[in-house]
Amino acid sequence: MNIETNFFKRLNDWVNGEADRLFPELHETDAPKPPEPVATIGPLPNKDVLFLTSYQAVALIVVIGMVSILLYTVYKLPLFGVADNPAVNEVVERYVEKGLEETGAVNVVAGMILDYRAFDTLGESSVLLLAITSVMMLLLKDEKNTDPDEELIEAHEAVIEDHNRDMILQTMTIILMPAIMLYGIYVILNGHLSPGGGFSGGAILGAGLILFASGFGHNRVKKFFNMKTFRTLTTIALLGYGVLKTYSFLLGANHLPTGIPLGTPGAIFSSGLIFVLDICVGLIVACTMYGFFSVFSRGEI
Amino acid sequence: MNVIYELILIVFLFVCAIGAFLSERLLIAVVIFMSYSLVMSVIWALLQSPDLAITEAAVGAGVSGILFFITLKRIHALKGTKDE
Repeated sequence: MNIETNFFKRLNDWVNGEADRLFPELHETDAPKPPEPVATIGPLPNKDVLFLTSYQAVALIVVIGMVSILLYTVYKLPLFGVADNPAVNEVVERYVEKGLEETGAVNVVAGMILDYRAFDTLGESSVLLLAITSVMMLLLKDEKNTDPDEELIEAHEAVIEDHNRDMILQTMTIILMPAIMLYGIYVILNGHLSPGGGFSGGAILGAGLILFASGFGHNRVKKFFNMKTFRTLTTIALLGYGVLKTYSFLLGANHLPTGIPLGTPGAIFSSGLIFVLDICVGLIVACTMYGFFSVFSRGEI
Repeated sequence: MNVIYELILIVFLFVCAIGAFLSERLLIAVVIFMSYSLVMSVIWALLQSPDLAITEAAVGAGVSGILFFITLKRIHALKGTKDE
């Protein structure tokens, strides 16, 4: 048999879950084999041995090449802490000195990522949305990639799972869940005052939802967070971010004042748009984090 | 005192990084990777960037580990569980 078709057949089996190991030869010691007559175990075909050894050699060469390219780049970087580095210019000084005055955010990092560099954050949010879209394209279940037998088996397993929930996990979820959600909301809403902000707070919210889903099952989460909520929230949040900020990007940040007063630094309703943008980013991140979990584990949201 | 604490953390970071790819079972590799993220988040906090510390703890030690676990479950690579 040709080596390539052999390998791709194995890869295909492995991806489809029919074979446990991609390279069963490499894992022979893992599981005790059922006793077989010795005569049937022959040496591997020469071509397979050649392929396996050359595969490892090529992988080693590629990795060493990558590492040397990266190390060479590090060697070419400017030295640490030298005064005429490209990174040492008036921008940093301006952010630190005028940041509070111009953005109204006590947390200078929030002022940077959501005001001076708001374009970067829009890109990050779009990347998250793109990632969850690709995962959904690959893993979401519909009538074309499931068959009735499989669905029956899965429904059966779900019923068994519902009756055998882990009590320790459930009790801990009941205790921890309110604290986690409250902390996530606190981190999002306090993004301009204290460390944190949309991304970290959204990740905490998403982790709380994941904990609840693994403790009480997806069906309980579906009662308040289903596909429709997911779509609405992500669309509204990303669109809101875009509408609030794109006008400023298009004009090269030479925009008219928003009209929202910056407020007293340190108050919760201060720093203008940053407060709203933090909520938008938090919603997107929380939805995508839970979306990844749900689509990966169940193939649906 | 602080220097010794930081040194211990960095040694632990190296041990985790090497251990993660030397471990034979993928489940153990993921757990070691999560502890690597936890140590890294403490180091971020010591380097006075609490923003990164919170994000690293939530994403690195929490969500990405869970995603790895689910992937292992989907490809039936979790040994010693009911799933196998």
